[in-house]
Amino acid sequence: MKTERIVWIIILVIAGAFLLYRASTGQLGRVYVEGTLNDFVVDYSDPDNPGGTVGKHDARVLTVDEASEEGVAIPEVGQPNRYQWWSYKEQSAKEFWQETGVIAVEPESGADPDAANSAAGEGAESAAGTGAASTPAAAAVPQMEYKLSIGRTAGLWAAALFTLAIFSFLYRDNPFYKTAESIVVGVSAAYWMVVGFWTVIIPNLVGRLLPAMVKGWSMPGIEPDFEWTYLFPLILGIMLLMRLSPKGSWISRWPLAFIIGTTAGFRMITFIHADFLSQIRNGIKPLYVPQYTDAGQVAASATFWASLENVLLLIGVLSCLVYFFFSIEHKGIVGKTAKLGIWFLMVTFGAAFGYTVMGRIALLAIRLEFLFDDWLWLIDPKDLHTLTSAATGGG
Amino acid sequence: MFEFLKNLDRRWVFLLMMLSVAIPIIVIDWLGLSLPEKPSELARNVFDEIDQLNEGDKVLLSFDFDPASEGELGPMATSFVHHCAEKKLKMYFMALWPVGPQMIDDSIDRVIDQYYDDLVYGEDFVNLGFKSGGEGVIKVIVTNLRELYTTDDKGTAIDDIPMMEGVRNIRQMDLIVNVSAGSAGTKEWVQYAATPFPDDIRIVGGCTGVQAPLLYPYIPEQLPGLLGAIKGAAEYEKLVNDAYEPDPDNPRPVFTEGLRRMGPQLVAHLLIILLIVVANIIYFVERAKGGER
Repeated sequence: MKTERIVWIIILVIAGAFLLYRASTGQLGRVYVEGTLNDFVVDYSDPDNPGGTVGKHDARVLTVDEASEEGVAIPEVGQPNRYQWWSYKEQSAKEFWQETGVIAVEPESGADPDAANSAAGEGAESAAGTGAASTPAAAAVPQMEYKLSIGRTAGLWAAALFTLAIFSFLYRDNPFYKTAESIVVGVSAAYWMVVGFWTVIIPNLVGRLLPAMVKGWSMPGIEPDFEWTYLFPLILGIMLLMRLSPKGSWISRWPLAFIIGTTAGFRMITFIHADFLSQIRNGIKPLYVPQYTDAGQVAASATFWASLENVLLLIGVLSCLVYFFFSIEHKGIVGKTAKLGIWFLMVTFGAAFGYTVMGRIALLAIRLEFLFDDWLWLIDPKDLHTLTSAATGGG
Repeated sequence: MFEFLKNLDRRWVFLLMMLSVAIPIIVIDWLGLSLPEKPSELARNVFDEIDQLNEGDKVLLSFDFDPASEGELGPMATSFVHHCAEKKLKMYFMALWPVGPQMIDDSIDRVIDQYYDDLVYGEDFVNLGFKSGGEGVIKVIVTNLRELYTTDDKGTAIDDIPMMEGVRNIRQMDLIVNVSAGSAGTKEWVQYAATPFPDDIRIVGGCTGVQAPLLYPYIPEQLPGLLGAIKGAAEYEKLVNDAYEPDPDNPRPVFTEGLRRMGPQLVAHLLIILLIVVANIIYFVERAKGGER
């Protein structure tokens, strides 16, 4: 057996043993959620006509508490016009342990610690046997539950394993990397398409051409009027899709020409304004920049450095421009100035490289933080999942 | 040793880089260390632009990034929201990137839901969501926001959102804050919003390290302040924490993400410098020996 293979087997065995150990202690990648029960009643009664009813667009949606206050009839759970569902929000492991009484509630400053811990004990009692804490449906208090989220935990593990799969490319290309890469590409493409459909095509195109249909079908919030001018983008869009037709693909060139033409015009004006003219204006700076002390005297040192900044800017701009000016041979004074321009460019490239390195390290740091914090629970910078003996309150 | 270094397998460099980032992350967390940070003028300018606004002023926050650059830009996005929430500014969130709304939701969840639950959605902050079109979106909303934004990210009609009353275009915003990972991003905001309307629109931004050198030419006339990569985020965090955290010496962990990540940066940069020096020594020794250049 090759040495390399033995080394990898040892590494994988150690990593596996570590994961098993962490899993056995319960100190490893789990996601907990706090669930809130949403309980609504749809009221079809007509407020202006006692005994009458209104259509579905004019019906009122009330919480059970609101319905109770207004005297609206509340159907039984499971009956028509009564809608219940749970919405879940992620909570930290520490919050979960506090809610279920595993650890004592940390009292807020000024609060009575005994009262807080007694509340935690009550939570523990209601959670006993189920792993979830529920409060009874009181008049104004929504029902809550706290539990381990299997789906989100699986998502966390998938994220961690995909991160490792992508990292594995640093060793060499392999099937894990290929799988992760393909999934990223596929998911991204589908995500872009779905988001584009629901945020642009439906509200901004279909919503303008068939507002009543969109309002009744998918976006009750929108109130646009019919705008016939949006027929043009619709037609252009359909023409663009003709690219998929073997015989009619030439039709797609017309909208494409429209896109290229408008974008080119659009950008030309912008670049002339924002990058060409504005940069010329920004480059015109005084070479002497006096800086004053509080007493109104010229501060020699500060003035020197402020002036040097502008002088360097001027020299840098001129020398770089000379370097890119190829109508005159780069000899003599022109050649030396061009060479100076190269130095300025090299410094710029070096700065850009440094910034790029910094960015890439930051990206590596966040992935490692994710693995160590969210997945392995090795670190806890936000104090979300460390179960210390000092924090336990008898649970 | 010389031969080993000369023919060093690049995977050793990867491993060293991994360790140089991983070990400081663990050590900093276990020992509770943090590195001192001295804010630069650019970070201070960003801070001042937001800090000089008054309670109730309108700020448009465009989060034009995705999870791929969350490590660099997440901390500054968090700090921007932290700063705006402390100043009680009206926050209008939007995104030019499809995953931007999720980044907005993350920031709202991390900052507003956790620490500023007195802020009310629709009255103090609103998530307008994503619209495709990049610079085209900016071009439209500088004159007519409602042309593109008929609902917020949740599907609520714009007219039903109290803080949208009277808002016709983004020139009515007192400041635009952009967090950008590429195109469309800060460059496009400068080109299509700040430059054509210098009297109406002021922009500050935060960007990735790759973008930062490309944006420096716009400073300060077209872009008064810029946070470059994680370093800029850490400097800005320091300024906001010093000014607004209840205990500036011990800020809440969610507001120190950038500062924490400067430790791995330091060690990793030292490693890179070391590798560059070693590689150059090998190069010059080889050249002195008359070897292959």
